[in-house]
Amino acid sequence: MKILVCISHVPDTTSKINFTENDSKFDSNGVQYVINPYDEFALTRAMWFKEKQGASVTVVNVGNASTEPTLRKALAIGADDAIRVNTEATDGLSVAKELAEVVKNGGYDLVLAGKESIDYNGGMVPGMLATLLDFNFVNACIGLEVDGDKATIAREIDGGKETLSCNLPLVIAGQKGMVEEKDLRIPNMRGIMMARKKPLNVVAPVGANAVTTTVSFEKPAAKAACKLVDAEHVEELIDLLHNEAKVI
Amino acid sequence: MSVLVYTESSEGKFKKAAYEVTSYGKKVAEQLGTNLVVLAINSDDPAALYAYGAEKVLNIANDSLNTFNAKVYADIIKQAAEKEQAQVVIVESSSNSLYLAPIVAVNLNAGYTNNVVTLPSSTAPFVVKRKAFSNKAFNNTEIHSDIKVLSLAKNSFGLVENNVSGSTEDFSPLIIESGLTSESVERTTGKVTIADADIVVSGGRGLKGPENWGIVEELAEVLGAATACSKPVSDLGWRPHSEHVGQTGKPVASNLYIAIGISGAIQHLAGVNSSKVKVVINTDPEAPFFKAADYGIVGDAFEVVPKLIEKLKEFKANNS
Repeated sequence: MKILVCISHVPDTTSKINFTENDSKFDSNGVQYVINPYDEFALTRAMWFKEKQGASVTVVNVGNASTEPTLRKALAIGADDAIRVNTEATDGLSVAKELAEVVKNGGYDLVLAGKESIDYNGGMVPGMLATLLDFNFVNACIGLEVDGDKATIAREIDGGKETLSCNLPLVIAGQKGMVEEKDLRIPNMRGIMMARKKPLNVVAPVGANAVTTTVSFEKPAAKAACKLVDAEHVEELIDLLHNEAKVI
Repeated sequence: MSVLVYTESSEGKFKKAAYEVTSYGKKVAEQLGTNLVVLAINSDDPAALYAYGAEKVLNIANDSLNTFNAKVYADIIKQAAEKEQAQVVIVESSSNSLYLAPIVAVNLNAGYTNNVVTLPSSTAPFVVKRKAFSNKAFNNTEIHSDIKVLSLAKNSFGLVENNVSGSTEDFSPLIIESGLTSESVERTTGKVTIADADIVVSGGRGLKGPENWGIVEELAEVLGAATACSKPVSDLGWRPHSEHVGQTGKPVASNLYIAIGISGAIQHLAGVNSSKVKVVINTDPEAPFFKAADYGIVGDAFEVVPKLIEKLKEFKANNS
């Protein structure tokens, strides 16, 4: 089984979010970048398939050279090789088109990604990629087993879960549940040393056009201070929620 | 030309989100000077959408569509969009709609954006405001393609009554093969789900152990709320993972979110910040949640929550 794991290079969760150039660009100054947490669940599941079922695991990112440390981290976690499509990631559809080319050229039968990135939260690349390739697709995956060319997938639905089955090739948009948080791996020294020697191939983009653009960013309006209610007078809270906030 | 809204129903019944997305679609259609068409699949009462501005409902009644299939449903939406020459296709932000929307976008060669929180600020160019950076910012996004696909963030627009004399047209689309088989669907029954709840009551490590969850459940029951928990609580196995809300758990966009014994780590806040009103109950006045909350009580949950339950019961008795 040939697995491709799509890796987004995103600001760490705790990063301060600021914008520059008249609020038209994300300010990456002082920001620590990480593997998108949702992608990390997918990558960790891929490692399981590599170790238990002998799958090969390639990681891919669409981005400029600054994303390479994030790809090296994925290699240190255990991926066999990496591909970077050498272009700025602009919108979901163009990224999906770039990835579709990588999948076609590499002959992958299972493509794993996170269900969304924690920066733009677009949640569209996996579904678009699958549709462009005419592969099966499952979103919000919380469990994946593969036996030969048959996959069994659990996905989260509102208020429960659904179990699905299909044949490969397949694109999965994953989240927690594919593996548990405790199963996530921190690269060890040996992994980091080995990652330096693993291939990271830079490929030229097909040059897909973006159909959406960010015109400007905004930060939420400053919030009014929290109104404190005395612990001895909880009825005041009920009054505020009923008469002021009008939510009960 | 038209605006096409896809509404979901569960066992024939529309949920609030169906009316919200119809209300929103009506306003977008007015902005564009065109008509609203609403697509409903296996609904018992498609005419219920007229009250929110649905001039025309495309109604599909087909037992083979009782089980959701994203690829099949996306293809039906494409057929409806082509039939009605839709310029804009709008869906909810349920797990099913978020699953099918990217497929619809590629099928229609359309630009897509989710998390939309306002009406378009302009229609030519077409610009909408959406949530990004896990609720820490917004981006105004321009969609350049001829057809636009939008997913409206839950609870961001609200219901707008707009009674029209609508009509319902039966629609019999082609049903494609998908290659994916649904083997089983498990739903927790008899409980309000986090996705549908107007009110969510959530507990954290401050509650000290799973045996103390009675007060969370009782408070939720009095309020008709869903129960949730912080990440450490689900990691410790005190509560099921399905209750974990926050960045890597479920997102919450309720009208009221009550956090009990939750300090408010940035990852937790990222997942619950979309809730309209947030209440925190915590012994530690320095807990970061007090900075994010609208109302707070500094105090011991084991004393405050039972009192709150008692007073709420009185309130409910007097206001029902």
